Amino acid sequence: MKLLDPTSERQPGKRERLPRPRSLANKRVALLDISKPKGDIFLDCLAGQLDDLGIQTRRYQKPTFTRVAPVDLKHQIVSECDLVIEALAD
Amino acid sequence: MPSISSELRSLLPADFHGYIAVVKRDCETCRLIEPALRELNGSLGLLIYSQDDPEFPETIPQVRDDSALELSYRLEIEVVPTLLRIDGGRETERLVGWKRADWRRMTGLPALGKGLIDFSPGCGSKSVDPGMPEKLAYKFGDTPLKARRIEVAGLEDEHELAFERGWSDGLPVVPPTEARVLRMLAGARRAPDEIIGIVPPDNVPCSVEKVAINAVMAGCKPEYLPVALAAVEAACRDEFCMHGVLATTYFAAPIIIVNGPIRDTIGMNWAHNALGQGNRANSTIGRALQLVIRNVGGGRPGGVDRATLGQPGKVGFCIAEREHDSFWEPLSVERGFSPDESTVTLFAGGGVHPIADQKSRAPESLTRSLALSLRTVMHAKSYGGASALLVISPEHMRVFREAGWSKARFRDELSQHLTVAGREVMTGADGVAEGMPARLADNRLSKFGAGGLLIIHAGGAAGMWSAVISGWAASGKHGSLPVTIAIKP
Repeated sequence: MKLLDPTSERQPGKRERLPRPRSLANKRVALLDISKPKGDIFLDCLAGQLDDLGIQTRRYQKPTFTRVAPVDLKHQIVSECDLVIEALAD
Repeated sequence: MPSISSELRSLLPADFHGYIAVVKRDCETCRLIEPALRELNGSLGLLIYSQDDPEFPETIPQVRDDSALELSYRLEIEVVPTLLRIDGGRETERLVGWKRADWRRMTGLPALGKGLIDFSPGCGSKSVDPGMPEKLAYKFGDTPLKARRIEVAGLEDEHELAFERGWSDGLPVVPPTEARVLRMLAGARRAPDEIIGIVPPDNVPCSVEKVAINAVMAGCKPEYLPVALAAVEAACRDEFCMHGVLATTYFAAPIIIVNGPIRDTIGMNWAHNALGQGNRANSTIGRALQLVIRNVGGGRPGGVDRATLGQPGKVGFCIAEREHDSFWEPLSVERGFSPDESTVTLFAGGGVHPIADQKSRAPESLTRSLALSLRTVMHAKSYGGASALLVISPEHMRVFREAGWSKARFRDELSQHLTVAGREVMTGADGVAEGMPARLADNRLSKFGAGGLLIIHAGGAAGMWSAVISGWAASGKHGSLPVTIAIKP
């Protein structure tokens, strides 16, 4: 589906992604396990490496990889962390 | 006759010349003339295009499928059956419906349709079914629309997209698809690229197309578009001062008052709940104007819209005058237009304040009573700079009608009760710091400046309530003046 832009078209048509952080220093990093096999192994490795760098991480898990994250989980991550690393595939 | 287009040519056999018939099964005339079509197909190589069923007519081989309606669209078929002839890359003749004598003359077959009735009018083409011309124009690329296209991703919800992009006033909007916008534009006889005004606060030139897009989102029907266009034009007039109306910390918003025959044409409500919800035209026309200011002009609450409190009418505020049984001339006539002209009047106003008077049966009492409430507009001690829209209900109008008071007489009497001694309303009077400057203590002060009080008749038949809608604090020639313009078709 295509919609016609009702605005003055002074803003870009495509929404820009948020810029990637230049550094993880002083950032609270969410590690999101989407409940797909072996995602936890990948995130364990990542958590160890980030911990060695002194970067604070918190673990989160979606109930199932087949559905989008529950709203409460998204709100929890947003309120507790600055960025998310997600283990997408097995 | 014009040459056939290259797009049409590509739908026909190479270098085609001869006869074409467009038919559909769901047409009694088309079914009736099947023997004549068969005869033409056999003797003249007639090409038959079927709109709804390529198996129809069954007795004729190689019927061509036009269920996509592209051929019908490009040939501008309005009636089936249509018989036409193409020679030398041009359409040379066309017949619609079945008139046996004409078909015989055009084909040169004197016995064509022997045994059939002489005349049968045919049916509407599927390509002109309601909403179909716009869909086909969109599908086959003949669109005059210039607005940027925003792709809705596969998993994205188009309603959520509108919220996320900031297009909405907080309520759901109708997604402005190309077909919907084309259908909306068909409601007015204006070129889509016509610029109708410069919309504040970003001072953006606004085309008819952009108004149509926002009117779709607001929920307007196409026949409301001329009213929405007039409202936007009025809002863009310098004397209305839309930038100030938007940017003020006060409650003001553009209130649209519709007069003239179009009120009934588009089914506006001027009776019960005339200032309230429930009528599509009333509710969506005002919203369309506000969405244009938001989306085209860039005016958003907390941005240039600095209203301290605002009011619910800022979603959209559009009302119509009850003209047919009013004892007084309508607002538009008072402002120089004829009763047969449809107009919009824009007034920068706030919320609705009720005036309850169930006891006055004499016009003198009712006038004094209305004046008491009008004196509180803005502030009971604010004089000279105020403006207001007074909405007289039918039961209050009855009092003036029975006494034979004209609108001019009412205005004259009312103004006497809206004039006070300056010292009564000066700063500090009654222990209230708010008030008029002390230097005006010895003057007589009028509540409203010249032209500062608009009066209309509206409402349901029962109820001795009228209403006052307070104007903007900066009314007048240095702020906002009401603007009335004719609604163009």
